[in-house]
Amino acid sequence: MNSADAGLEFSLNRVGAMVRRYWYLLRSSWPRILDLIYWPTVQMLMWGFLQLYVSQNAGFFATVGGVFIGAVLLWDILFRGQLGFSISFLEEMYARNLGNLMMSPLRPVEFIAALMIMSLVRLSIGMVPVSLLAIVFFGFNLWAFGFALAAFFANLILTSWAIGIFIAGVLLRNGLGAESLAWTIMFLFLPLTCVYYPVAVLPDWLQWFAWILPPTYVFEGMRALLIDHVFRADLMLEALALNAVLFAAAAIAFVKLLASARVQGSLLQTGE
Amino acid sequence: MDAFNPSAIAVERLTKVYKGTTAVDGISFRLPAGSITGLLGGNGAGKTTTIAMIMGLVTPTAGTVSVLGASMPKERYRVLHRMNFESPYVDMPMRLTVRQNLAVFAQLYGVADIAPRIASLAADLELTEFLDRPTGKLSSGQKTRVSLAKALINNPEVLLLDEPTASLDPDTADWVRGRLEQYRVAHGATILLASHNMNEVERLCARVIIMKKGRIEDDDTPARLLARYGRETLEEVFLDVARGRTEQHEAVQ
Repeated sequence: MNSADAGLEFSLNRVGAMVRRYWYLLRSSWPRILDLIYWPTVQMLMWGFLQLYVSQNAGFFATVGGVFIGAVLLWDILFRGQLGFSISFLEEMYARNLGNLMMSPLRPVEFIAALMIMSLVRLSIGMVPVSLLAIVFFGFNLWAFGFALAAFFANLILTSWAIGIFIAGVLLRNGLGAESLAWTIMFLFLPLTCVYYPVAVLPDWLQWFAWILPPTYVFEGMRALLIDHVFRADLMLEALALNAVLFAAAAIAFVKLLASARVQGSLLQTGE
Repeated sequence: MDAFNPSAIAVERLTKVYKGTTAVDGISFRLPAGSITGLLGGNGAGKTTTIAMIMGLVTPTAGTVSVLGASMPKERYRVLHRMNFESPYVDMPMRLTVRQNLAVFAQLYGVADIAPRIASLAADLELTEFLDRPTGKLSSGQKTRVSLAKALINNPEVLLLDEPTASLDPDTADWVRGRLEQYRVAHGATILLASHNMNEVERLCARVIIMKKGRIEDDDTPARLLARYGRETLEEVFLDVARGRTEQHEAVQ
């Protein structure tokens, strides 16, 4: 079987068609756009004011301003990145449009590329205004991280896409009965990736588990940058290697779940 | 389609078993290019599963499906741009306007001149005045026409239709049938139509395949089926088959 038959051929035109479809949807609904900004803003304000209060009453926190707000903003990149990917996919299931897409020449790899692009679009709509508000309210400038921010962002978004791809496979195979997974799976990462505290806080046996998750390296890296003023390139490279493994595993799982969905006949009936 | 396989669709000993339940049981048929065939059967007869396997959406348990010479689902990407379908199991996205939906699918199918193609289809299917309206705001008949426009957007050589006129009033349903017949004649397309509507099948189809419990119970032209069962309408033939009354049984009666 050649690459075209296997669905590996790639067309930017078809990716563009899917991005166009999601852009039409997004711009047709102001609540969808509001939702992208609303929760990140609330989160950032809550943690920002909490940090302000703590820093006024504890010497250590006064010296490491921005750790909480930075953690909130980076966590939102991870969480909203996956959610942006998964919501675009769920929109197809809500619209009962998956059959149309699966029957069209759209390859799975193109579909996934379009979902990644939309994840970036949705993330930008939500996170850029919130990062600017963080400057206005708390004087915390995420953009001042410079190259480090690019490294943090790349690693977090790769993890979020890997999880999104896996969830899309589960949804194809199991229908909307698995929808709650799309909304909640990232919260499993919240305590384990040590978003708000160092890995050293965890019990020894749990630290081993934390270190196999790429975002743990990013959050440790952020603390190293803010507290010790050191950019830990080693942590970013380790995260990148783990992300490569995670991404490959998610892609394999997706292909197998899609094949299973074809066997089970669940592509036409994607309800509960 | 290659020289050795003149059939647009070839189904050989096709079987689908879902968790111990046989939905399609070793059926075989060939549809010549340019033909229009009706797939008749009651609920659970296996029509939708058969069409889904022809489309490559469902992997057969056994047997083979070939469309335009490509083995499905393995070689589906060789031919998907030359096929299309309409089914009650799928919808067009409701929030997008008709024009936006058609533009997205035209781009997915690699249609060269999208705007003129949409304008021409809209004129043919009397959708011009609805083009900039959200698809979800249309009536059931208008939505069916939009689905039909999507199904024809790439001028498919093979068109698979699952209950294309379900939930339409008789006038709109008749209008849709007329458009399908026009399309087949104009483009030489092969159409496979699954339906409960006997009038529809009788009017459109040169050949009827009747399915029951996953098997083909009968396969012939409408005229020969009527003659063989001694009936005046396909509905009566369908009821005979559905209730297990054979032609011989009829003859004895």
